[in-house]
Amino acid sequence: MTQESSCCNGAIGSDNVLNMYPEKRKLLKEYIDVLPIGDDRNFNKGFLIQTLHKAQEIYGFLPESVQLFVADQLKLHVSAVYGVISFYSYFTDKPTGKYKINICTGTACFVRGAGRLVEEFERYLGIKEGETTEDKKFSLGGLRCVGACSLAPVVMVNDKVYGKVTTKMVPEIINDCE
Amino acid sequence: MIKTNKDLLQYYNKITKESSKNDLEIIVSMGTCGIAAGTTPVLDELKKGIQEKGLSNKVTITESGCMGLCHSEPSIEVIDHKASKSIVYGDVKPEHALDILSNGVNPINGPTLINRTWYYPEDESKKENCPQARVVLRNTGRINPESIEQYIMQKGYQALGKTLCEMSPDDVVKSIMDSGLRGRGGGGFPTGKKWSLAKAVSADQKYVLCNADEGDPGAFMDRAVLEGDPHAVIEAMAIAGYAIGATKGGIYIRAEYPLAIKRLQIALNQAREMGFLGKNIFGSAFDFDIEIKYGAGAFVCGEETALIHSIEGMRGEPSFKPPFPAVAGLWAKPTIVNNVETYANIPAIIRKGADWFKTIGTPNSPGTKVFALAGKIKKVGLVEVPMGTTLGDMIFKIGEGIRNDREFKAVQTGGPSGGCITAKSIDTPIDYDSLRALGSMMGSGGMIVMDEDDCMVNIAKYFLEFTLDESCGKCTPCRIGNTRLYEMLDDITKGRGTQQTLFKLRDLAHVIKDTSLCGLGQSSPNPVLSTLANFIDEYEVHIYEKKCPAGVCRELIQYTIEADKCTGCTLCARNCPVSCISGERKQPHVIDQSKCIKCGVCYEACKFHAITKN
Repeated sequence: MTQESSCCNGAIGSDNVLNMYPEKRKLLKEYIDVLPIGDDRNFNKGFLIQTLHKAQEIYGFLPESVQLFVADQLKLHVSAVYGVISFYSYFTDKPTGKYKINICTGTACFVRGAGRLVEEFERYLGIKEGETTEDKKFSLGGLRCVGACSLAPVVMVNDKVYGKVTTKMVPEIINDCE
Repeated sequence: MIKTNKDLLQYYNKITKESSKNDLEIIVSMGTCGIAAGTTPVLDELKKGIQEKGLSNKVTITESGCMGLCHSEPSIEVIDHKASKSIVYGDVKPEHALDILSNGVNPINGPTLINRTWYYPEDESKKENCPQARVVLRNTGRINPESIEQYIMQKGYQALGKTLCEMSPDDVVKSIMDSGLRGRGGGGFPTGKKWSLAKAVSADQKYVLCNADEGDPGAFMDRAVLEGDPHAVIEAMAIAGYAIGATKGGIYIRAEYPLAIKRLQIALNQAREMGFLGKNIFGSAFDFDIEIKYGAGAFVCGEETALIHSIEGMRGEPSFKPPFPAVAGLWAKPTIVNNVETYANIPAIIRKGADWFKTIGTPNSPGTKVFALAGKIKKVGLVEVPMGTTLGDMIFKIGEGIRNDREFKAVQTGGPSGGCITAKSIDTPIDYDSLRALGSMMGSGGMIVMDEDDCMVNIAKYFLEFTLDESCGKCTPCRIGNTRLYEMLDDITKGRGTQQTLFKLRDLAHVIKDTSLCGLGQSSPNPVLSTLANFIDEYEVHIYEKKCPAGVCRELIQYTIEADKCTGCTLCARNCPVSCISGERKQPHVIDQSKCIKCGVCYEACKFHAITKN
């Protein structure tokens, strides 16, 4: 447990997210504690992705301190944890905005003009796809087919779906958030 | 708890008799797409109406999965059980609710009347004017996916009962082999063969996995099945477990499908409670249970070895085959991986027999295939047709043709691994082999229809961009080769292509196809090769004339205002996001080409067709 105590003292990890929210840490710890973690690293690895899903659900993103914590709890090397986070598009180690604007880049939306929407959102918010505005209000991203192809092109803001979106509707959608 | 086959039949008879549903049943399509289109307010209004009018013992509401009518969501079906009549409405609005309740199956004004183009081969004989045959989607859009009773009333779990009480594992494998069922995830490998390979290996533990990591951008049939009929997949996995001798199963599902996950969890709990999962199922010595495993967004995890690595908690990189997963898969134990749609066929095959299954479809590809019909088509939706249906029937009969009556150009099947099929092949019966012969592939069943406004070079570039994003980076041809392919296509769409680019493009595409490690890399050049084969003229116009015939590639087009047609209404100037259009009111306007970002807003806004794109 030396690694855990050192990361919690702030010695490891370039951020302080883990210590900043003890209640969140407690939630994550409770989740991990019921997993049948043993000494076999390969076996423990089988629980890594589900644990990261839980951690991202709790924290919204996976900062270094949380990665270290998960690695320590599952008795894995942190490189194994980071390797998984960087591989899968669902996981992010950067904080996201309050409103996550995701433009569907599935094929149906693409042929109905999703590319132009991305550009218009980028122009309007002054950020590129994958970035977050400075005030941490909006982040812009793409997303693969939401299966609402009849409404193409589709934009999702958090859980809300906007269908048949045109470049003209961009300011409206942004205003809707505020 | 159901302990024997007889128990199940008794229970089936009991609930079928007792349920004698109210005379009128209203099925409301509550899939992700329906909910996004606004089904919930319609449902609320119907429920309110029933309460206010005191109809609760006359009308039953069933919240079902997707009916496949994406073009007309919210959609509902009204069934009069006494008169055996039904009517399907699309585009239903909350204000129609009361009208529908008082008119039953008599058509009302307001919502769109939907012409039913499907039949159910398991219960009905072939119907005239019904090009669709629903085997996989037999329950989606008909039953409440959160009710195991309703699944049992559709003969659910009888196939599992039959296998455990009457068949040996060899019998099961043989009947799947005889049915000729091929994997619906894309490759088309015979399912029975996969099972027999895994069965032949002896091991202390084997696994049955379900691939529900639907990654093709434009396919959503697996989600529809899981949201609409989760028990069918659970039943089929248990059958597979018995056949190969596995006691553990896993469903690998995308975290992006929250509704499907929720309904699966409910279904798994119900199946455990009833004794269809757990120990000594149907009183036999067979134990089986299923766990849900979450994907985290990686297209390559649709490849079976990558999927297995992902479940093991590693990066989802594929590994070299052999050894095949049937020999050494999850945790190095024999494992079968089948796709959701493949599993959904299994209970029907066991219930009705392999010979029945072979009456549907073509000799080499028996059964049906679900397609997600989308793009520039009038009726976007989920359709299930017998193998061997022609593209023309799908696009013009079921899809009712191209939107805005534009000219049909091509249909893209197989997503990022597939290719384009053009008008000249429109009468080809679709099955695994014919699509491959056309340079495309079945893939998971996305079918994107394109019209004359789509630039094929740009489409190839789009799919390459997808591959670049999703390539895991393990092998060089896929990681670096596709990057170079993308750059060449980018050059062509930006007017920097030369004849040399075209030659290199084709050469490199073949090298990537021949040398990549897994299916993703081997098929990634397909969109390029098939557009090169069918639309070489479009490539040439881009390269030699520096023009984009479809008017899509931005660097190669210019918007200009024709002075004689411009009325000076200022509409374009007011809409221009970068204010590059100037002109006095009632005087012809001019676009400042140096500032124009070619967004096309003015082109769409002009009511006098005064703006040209060339």
